Amino acid sequence: MKAIVCLKQVPDTSGKVAVKDNGQLDRGSMATITNPDDLNALEAALQLKETIGCDEVVVVSMGPPAAENMLRECIARGADRGVLVCGGEFAGSDTFATSQIIAAAINKIGVGPEDIVFCGRQAIDGDTAQVGPQIAEKLNIPQVTYVTEIKKEGDALICKRALEDGFMVVKVKTPCLLTCIKELNEPRYMSVSGIFGAYDKQIEIYDYPALKDDPLIETDTIGLKGSPTNVFKSFTPPQKGAGQMLTSDSPETELAGILTGKHLI
Amino acid sequence: MAEYDFRDIAAFEGVWVYCEQRQGTLVPTDFELLSEGRKLANEYGCELTGVLLGDGMTDEMAKELAGYGADNIMICDSPLLKEYTTDAYTKVICDLVREYKPAVLLIGASTIGRDLAPRCAARLHTGLTADATHLDVDTAEYIEFLKTSSYPGYVESQKFDMEDRNLKMTRPAFGGHLMATIICPRFRPQMSTVRPGVLKKAPFDQAKADAVKITRPEFSLTAEDCKTEVLSVEKAAKKLVDLSGADVIVSVGRGIGKDVEKGIALAEQLAEVLGGGVVGASRAVVDSGWITADHQVGQTGKTVRPKIYVALGISGAIQHVAGMQDSETIIAVNKNEDAPIFGVADYGICGDLFKVVPELIKQIELAKK
Repeated sequence: MKAIVCLKQVPDTSGKVAVKDNGQLDRGSMATITNPDDLNALEAALQLKETIGCDEVVVVSMGPPAAENMLRECIARGADRGVLVCGGEFAGSDTFATSQIIAAAINKIGVGPEDIVFCGRQAIDGDTAQVGPQIAEKLNIPQVTYVTEIKKEGDALICKRALEDGFMVVKVKTPCLLTCIKELNEPRYMSVSGIFGAYDKQIEIYDYPALKDDPLIETDTIGLKGSPTNVFKSFTPPQKGAGQMLTSDSPETELAGILTGKHLI
Repeated sequence: MAEYDFRDIAAFEGVWVYCEQRQGTLVPTDFELLSEGRKLANEYGCELTGVLLGDGMTDEMAKELAGYGADNIMICDSPLLKEYTTDAYTKVICDLVREYKPAVLLIGASTIGRDLAPRCAARLHTGLTADATHLDVDTAEYIEFLKTSSYPGYVESQKFDMEDRNLKMTRPAFGGHLMATIICPRFRPQMSTVRPGVLKKAPFDQAKADAVKITRPEFSLTAEDCKTEVLSVEKAAKKLVDLSGADVIVSVGRGIGKDVEKGIALAEQLAEVLGGGVVGASRAVVDSGWITADHQVGQTGKTVRPKIYVALGISGAIQHVAGMQDSETIIAVNKNEDAPIFGVADYGICGDLFKVVPELIKQIELAKK
């Protein structure tokens, strides 16, 4: 069996978010990180490899050439093989388009009867949580999302999946796709020997010609132009009027007075 | 039945809302979505249909749903639908869509809805907007919305096609720094998940409930269709905090680090005197293990809009601000006068929360007398 892990390089939105005058995100000026939930997905795959000994852990990402570094970092953490899906034709894809491209890449890697595809729950730049389930649908394999615990039992996995007010225990047969949340595990750091080894490994590049003949690819629904959803307008919200700083000798009394005056308490 | 063609825009009509239930109980988001769905159905001049899947779904449940604006409730009832499974629910919904061809399908962005919606959209070969917070059909209505929701001068700088009839699905992006309106012009149905707790629920209309047309369409579903099996559903041992339903939230940030226990206790006391609120937390506090994740407010946590929101020792990272900026009154206490949280607060006190909060509790108690 093998584990295929999908990861995304994202702008670090926990720091400063730079927005250009035209209302678009200024990605160039922002630091990039590996999407946090995706590291939990990778960790889950690596743990599986250690406990039950899967043949290989393959990391896959769709992104610009610079995302190759992220894949090397995954190899430094313990992954065996890296695939970068990269091509100008893919740029601007929405989740529908993205999922068919990644599904085609996974098809090319090959999904065997015992294999598991791991994704993070969602990426912090778009927060859609759509690509994982859409890949599963295109590959026609079952999915479990919001996974917080994984146990292998024969040819099935027993997964705990989070709900708003508790959890559900789900049994799923392989091949399947799981989306992972941060409660699942604590991602490991890169090892020193891993870092050295990572630079000897070749990252495989799947470009448009490499994937276009896959039956999952519809050439008219990929990229910015082909994506089913389009951005109709994008705009920044109005600046909220500056609030009032309470600077009297007893701001606490002042605030209590305001709250009662406005009948808020 | 004519062949299903997702490109044949004119063949699709009607607004559908997927009505979620958990263990046989309808969820509040259903009522929010139906209320909004009613508005959209009126703008399209079509009917609003709620789709309810489960085991033992009653006409009473259908009437309760219809009271929020639905003309029709479609019930699919089967022991195979007792617990939510991706495979069974996706199959039934997609089969219904292929048969009845609604122009719009809305699904609540719960942990279930976010599992179901992308799977359905991929199978139906259509686009999907995530976590919409505002929806319009009429361009005039959309322009009105933009006037209050975009920076001054934006509306005037844009061109609009007043005849455009696409569903305009607006969502926050990048932690609320940007708003994006998404359309799905080439394929149908137009699908969106909708963020819980944001759209306003309409008043319950008994006449609408009484007039509802309830149908139980035929559908095919066998055990072989389900590749997953739900072994159990369990509630969390500890009662989880209901942030989205709270009127008062007092949230704590890294500023409580000096004495975490006392900081949380002060927040609880302040929430109590402000009218029985609950304690929220920034991501930093949750990540440090000082409080459980169900308290987290913000982009990857929850979006809240209580009547009073108090931020104690929270600097105001954009993810947090995105999750609470729509609160009616925001109060911030922070030692650092340059903390970004003061930029969204209605009232700010610059000072040590361990000194300010006890005094504030005392003054509020006095003021209430």
